[in-house]
Amino acid sequence: MPATAETADQVQSIEGEKYKYGFITEIESDMAPKGLSEDIVRFISAKKNEPEWLLDWRLKAYRRWLEMPEPKWAKVDFPPIDYQQYHYYSAPKSQEDGPQSLEDVDPELLATYEKLGIPIREQEMLAGVQNVAVDYVFDSVSVATTFKKKLEAAGVIFCPISEALERCPDLVRKYLGTVVPMADNKHSCLNSAVFTDGSFVYIPPGVKCPMELSTYFRINEQNTGQFERTLIIADKGSYVSYLEGCTAPMRDENQLHAAVVELIALDDAEIKYSTVQNWYPGDADGKGGIYNFVTKRGACRGKNSKISWTQVETGSAITWKYPSCILQGDNSVGEFYSIAITNNAQQADTGTKMIHIGKNTTSRIISKGISAGKSDQTYRGLVKISAKAEGARNYTQCDSLLIGDKCGAHTVPYIESRNKAAIVEHEATTSTISEDQLFYLRQRGIPQEAAVALVVNGFCREVLQQLPMEFAVEAQKLVGISLEGSVG
Amino acid sequence: MLEIKDLHATVGGTEILKGLHLVVEPGEVHAIMGPNGSGKSTLSYVLAGREGYDVTGGRIIYNGEDLTNLEPEERAAKGIFLAFQYPVEIPGVPNSTFLNEALNAVRRYRGEEEMDKIEFIKMLRAKTKELSMSDEMLKRAVNVGFSGGEKKRNEVLQMAILEPTLAILDETDSGLDIDALKIVADGVNALRSPERSSLVITHYQRLLDYIVPDKVHILAKGRIQHTGGKELAHELEAKGYADFVGEAA
Repeated sequence: MPATAETADQVQSIEGEKYKYGFITEIESDMAPKGLSEDIVRFISAKKNEPEWLLDWRLKAYRRWLEMPEPKWAKVDFPPIDYQQYHYYSAPKSQEDGPQSLEDVDPELLATYEKLGIPIREQEMLAGVQNVAVDYVFDSVSVATTFKKKLEAAGVIFCPISEALERCPDLVRKYLGTVVPMADNKHSCLNSAVFTDGSFVYIPPGVKCPMELSTYFRINEQNTGQFERTLIIADKGSYVSYLEGCTAPMRDENQLHAAVVELIALDDAEIKYSTVQNWYPGDADGKGGIYNFVTKRGACRGKNSKISWTQVETGSAITWKYPSCILQGDNSVGEFYSIAITNNAQQADTGTKMIHIGKNTTSRIISKGISAGKSDQTYRGLVKISAKAEGARNYTQCDSLLIGDKCGAHTVPYIESRNKAAIVEHEATTSTISEDQLFYLRQRGIPQEAAVALVVNGFCREVLQQLPMEFAVEAQKLVGISLEGSVG
Repeated sequence: MLEIKDLHATVGGTEILKGLHLVVEPGEVHAIMGPNGSGKSTLSYVLAGREGYDVTGGRIIYNGEDLTNLEPEERAAKGIFLAFQYPVEIPGVPNSTFLNEALNAVRRYRGEEEMDKIEFIKMLRAKTKELSMSDEMLKRAVNVGFSGGEKKRNEVLQMAILEPTLAILDETDSGLDIDALKIVADGVNALRSPERSSLVITHYQRLLDYIVPDKVHILAKGRIQHTGGKELAHELEAKGYADFVGEAA
């Protein structure tokens, strides 16, 4: 048997059992009754003591959602979703009064995050590395946020979005739904109706956020969906780097995750948004796992602004996700760096949209897809240059790596240019891990699985380098783990 | 230390090695010369355990242990090193990372502790300098964009780091100019010691002016046809293979 096929088989046999975040936290939850209705939307809004305008907004979204068709264009295959089987609100009972001080967090939750490797503590993550402020979202609510005081001193607002509605309702109202319109697509519309928690970030003019900001999402309860909403506003001349991580227990049912992330960068501001997505991918036969239907979009509203998306997608049964940039401001820059790994029966349809509107706008897309097992993966991207976008430039590079002979990789790039002077470049490659490479590495003493991980990490290097240093090492290990099943 | 007994091996169902005998004692350097298609590269791959090179008869005993069923990485950990005729490119993996991974993998297999990072970098710098290689080559991806000479030097660097007890050089001299050849030979000679042996596979006598062998074997038609001292290489150069191969066949 050729070495690569054998590797693929090994990968297949181990994966599924090795998802180390698959445990369940035994905690009493306050849940909404199963199902989705106007009453449930009102229930959620009441739980969060929301202002009237937001309830109205949610209800409007719910009514729109009822009429909207499911998006069918992605290359993913799954049975129709029964939206009535989910709980749309679930919160640990002990956290009923919302996020309290770190000392008051339920010990079960402390233990959970300790086990996940991201303890709720204000301490240095790695010796010598700057601190990271973390917002911990458990099912539908934020259970803790660290370093709030230090951030406040710099004028930075970093809190759960429900708290932001109390602290700075005008900011939320001004920007919510302005990048991803309520009825942008069925999934974002559902999120608008039932979103629960997620992070809110505001960086005031001229401020460079003093630490990395991070949100860690955990889905725990059975049959729950997580519908978080993240809103990040970088005011003029500010800078922020934000990272989200996600895990979920191993459950046989498919859990639904339909998030919306909106980024707004004003003049000369920069937002760097990184994701390490490791939702439970389901077992080797494709049973269980998260449906990850996410709408992420950033608007470079101001001149010279920049938004950079970096994603490492290794989990979820199905991924449907296209972090995009709307380059409105002149000279604004959009970037998308992506690593997507699918194994076993995973399906991913992911990519980006770069919409060039302002003059001299530039965008860069680097996508690395790795398919193993019998998984199927599609890069889908749109580069759109409007007539007024004088001097617009785009560079796109899509590389696919296949492991084994039962997986698929597809590249679907759309380019629409209405400006003759625009420069749009697209490069794509498809390769496999060669037997020569594996034999060479093994001859030097590197065992087969580590050799595969090394080649794949090399393949992804350009993207891994974009991650904040604090997470790059973790991501590198994750790349190895999701392909080998051996803990790194 | 290395004892090959009546080795038969097939590649894709075709028998290439047909009863090969060879004994290499500790500290010895043996040269294997032979015409194209004689089975030289097959021998090196069979010794390293490459998939698709199937041993159908005979045994390979190394330090008293039968290697035949061991994985390539296990053989590497037991001290067998193959300098490739065509070193392979690994895009995106820095040379230094690769060397560090390899050394630590071998150490772990042997139950030794991993080498301290700072100590490793010091050692790496020193060995790089000895081979007249630039530090810049350590940062570049393994063999990517390397010239033919750089690739061969990189093989010798890996050998210097891993310090094998049996080094197999598969036509390491091919494509090298005389300066590069000397550097490579110096690297190989630097590793010569009473415990280490080498198997130098080559087409030409030229390399053997710099790496002086204890014994020279002529491989043809899947077997060792003739064995002699270092003078055999010169004789071969003068007369050509036909005489020797014809004589034994």
